[in-house]
Amino acid sequence: MKQFIKKNKINLAVIGVFSVFTALSFFIDYQPGKLIFREHFYPFFQGMIIFLPVMFILIGLGDVWINRDKVEKHIGKDSGIKGIILVIFLSMAQVGPLYGAFPVTYLLWKKGASIRNIFIYIGAFCTIKIPMLTFEIGFLGWKFSLLRTAASIPAIILIGILMEKIIGKKNFKIKQP
Amino acid sequence: MKLLIAFVLIALIISFIADKQKTWLGIKKGLKMFLNLLPAIISVLILVSIALFFLPEELIIEYLGEESGITGYIFAAMAGSIALIPGIVAYPMAGMLVKSGVGYSVIAVFMTTLMMVGFFTLPIEIKFFGKKVSLIRNFLFLVAALLIGLFMSIFYQL
Repeated sequence: MKQFIKKNKINLAVIGVFSVFTALSFFIDYQPGKLIFREHFYPFFQGMIIFLPVMFILIGLGDVWINRDKVEKHIGKDSGIKGIILVIFLSMAQVGPLYGAFPVTYLLWKKGASIRNIFIYIGAFCTIKIPMLTFEIGFLGWKFSLLRTAASIPAIILIGILMEKIIGKKNFKIKQP
Repeated sequence: MKLLIAFVLIALIISFIADKQKTWLGIKKGLKMFLNLLPAIISVLILVSIALFFLPEELIIEYLGEESGITGYIFAAMAGSIALIPGIVAYPMAGMLVKSGVGYSVIAVFMTTLMMVGFFTLPIEIKFFGKKVSLIRNFLFLVAALLIGLFMSIFYQL
């Protein structure tokens, strides 16, 4: 609990100030304060608060059920199309920010993954993670999510191939800081 | 949203039949993550609510709307490249912005750069890949983000 408060100091302060401001606005009938809450904050918060916990339960389930080690064995240098598909599926099951993907790429590289697959992994990790897709569909709709994914997959694969061409197979190294 | 909730329910039932303990562990893990991120999500929504109050909708539509043209994309790409918002926080925010008149393709550029291009995380990336590779990677993804935006704008303007 202590750690939670420490980590969220600024956020909790924002929430605290906003709550007091909103309460006061309703109390003294201050229109802008009421408007910010009623027109902008509340309608969105209401939809979100039911949707979010459900999505996080899905993320938690994915976390317990998906075994990363098994997939990592099959994405080496000569893995071809099968390797690309596996890499995309592997990255889809992940959670976390971009810089969380770098240590994983180090592991992949050490296990012999090709340059192409490593960068496809990063791209897919960033754009088509399943937990993220559920959020995307929920907040931006099916059409947006489908179109963006449809455009992203070819872009990601192309970038992987381009990176391999530009860097060359020999002089690429991933260091572990 | 309803469809997604139904999907999660089915997943839960299957998981529960397969392994009770694992399922509880998963639920606990997920809810813990949720509680950890909730303050960040709420405070971003508060800040966006306040910003939306001060920015008139016509202004947003003019500069970031579906028909704002290249200025909207450049602004979105810059914001997405430098921002350090976790994706899970960014989606509720994006949903709010779209409802306030920001174009879907502009949001796509913002979200794609937010996820794939990291200006402030560049030092971390360089430690792993070296300078040259990191710069090329970020540049290629930046271009890709703009192309993805263009692709989407075609469909949203139909």
